[in-house]
Amino acid sequence: MSDSLPDAEALVRALAERMRGVISPDAGLVGIFTGGVWVAERLHRALEAATPLGVLAVTLHRDDFGRIGLHRESRRSQIPFPVDGREIVLVDDVLHTGRTIRAALNELFDFGRPRAVRLAVLADRGGRELPMAADFIGAEVAVGAGEELVLSNENGKLRLAAVRRPA
Amino acid sequence: MTARLQVDAGGNLRHLLTTEGLPAEIIRRILDTADQFVSVNEREVKKVPLLRGKSIFNVFFESSTRTRTTFEIAAKRLSADVINLNVAVSSTSKGETLLDTVYNLQAMDADMFIVRHSQSGAPHLIAKHVKPGVAVINAGDGRHAHPTQGLLDMYTIRHYKKDFTALTVAIVGDVLHSRVARSQIHALKTLGVPDLRVVGPKTLIPAAVERLGVRVCHDMAEGLRDCDVVVMLRLQNERMNGALLPSASEFFKCYGLTAEKLALAKPDAIVMHPGPMNRGVEIDSSVADGRQSVILPQVTFGIAVRMAVMSMLVSA
Repeated sequence: MSDSLPDAEALVRALAERMRGVISPDAGLVGIFTGGVWVAERLHRALEAATPLGVLAVTLHRDDFGRIGLHRESRRSQIPFPVDGREIVLVDDVLHTGRTIRAALNELFDFGRPRAVRLAVLADRGGRELPMAADFIGAEVAVGAGEELVLSNENGKLRLAAVRRPA
Repeated sequence: MTARLQVDAGGNLRHLLTTEGLPAEIIRRILDTADQFVSVNEREVKKVPLLRGKSIFNVFFESSTRTRTTFEIAAKRLSADVINLNVAVSSTSKGETLLDTVYNLQAMDADMFIVRHSQSGAPHLIAKHVKPGVAVINAGDGRHAHPTQGLLDMYTIRHYKKDFTALTVAIVGDVLHSRVARSQIHALKTLGVPDLRVVGPKTLIPAAVERLGVRVCHDMAEGLRDCDVVVMLRLQNERMNGALLPSASEFFKCYGLTAEKLALAKPDAIVMHPGPMNRGVEIDSSVADGRQSVILPQVTFGIAVRMAVMSMLVSA
């Protein structure tokens, strides 16, 4: 565990300021389960977004289904507005390999054809395995190669932590 | 043992042959997994790539359009390739044995067999002989089992009634010939339904069915009283000529579900039927189309439940 990680709530505020005025007024914010939804809820409030918040579960589009199987999942994608022709801002907590975003794009397009898709992430830790880049980043955060950067929500307070990846 | 054939040491589903002995934990996992597929089926693009590149063979030794179609839809919405084989009119009529047919299909790199057979135990036999990694789903064998129908009924009941451990359920009609009823009874008992009744004439209730933990009622009024769930079974026409039943109209008078009889159940009781229905034989149209009927939602949930079973089998 590292003590030098940035404060997650401060990063959310910084991220909201970067997005303010840049994304269109009717843009739809869509958080990716689980951490991305926490971040998206906060951004949605901070930006006083007019379009209701959407959530995406990417399990059904994951590329490691054959290896790790399907987990019991009560989380489902819900997008309470028409996706067609709208600017969508995907929100996730940590951008790493880019595979989650690839799955999220596929899931999103099952709901319609957006005008444009942007990506907002709380933390970019590098280590991409796919050609993905975020449009809005809270901060770039360096963690060790054997570590996972995870966002937790303890009593409504977001916190970033670096945890050793299980072998 | 079927139990060991169905669920491996790690608790993963390998084949689905029967609901008998299927652990409650696995049943719940299937129903929970089906939840996410219900929402997929409501989308504009009703397809997810989980089974992309998998070959699923619908092998029906006994013809059935409806059940075969629901499996086909489920497989296609998971992006699998589906091959339909109506074996009833091909290989077996040329004298090929059941296992030779299966070995041939396996040599074409099948990943899953959906099997329907008039002979009880045929899917079990196939499951014992396929290669590791190849899964078998029983789509109905003889009078034995029709587990996906049983599970979609569990999904439907859970959807409307939430808690199985407080329910009174009646299964009405031709229980004797019904593999659906058997699959329902095993699943309902495993999920803890305290009051489970089978209702029908003596000639259509299997001997010693009480051993499964059900109460037998030959009187419709007694059987329906205070029920939360009423499951009507299809009365197969070929049963009506023999010694089992005097006539369809006689059956309807005693055991057909009418609005008056349904009034004996709880006011919020749901009415289910596995289809296809014989209106005016086991169920009156006013009930089949009435506000308590969940017969069409059963069909909708059936796709999601079959998607859940297939994806769990492939990922096991």
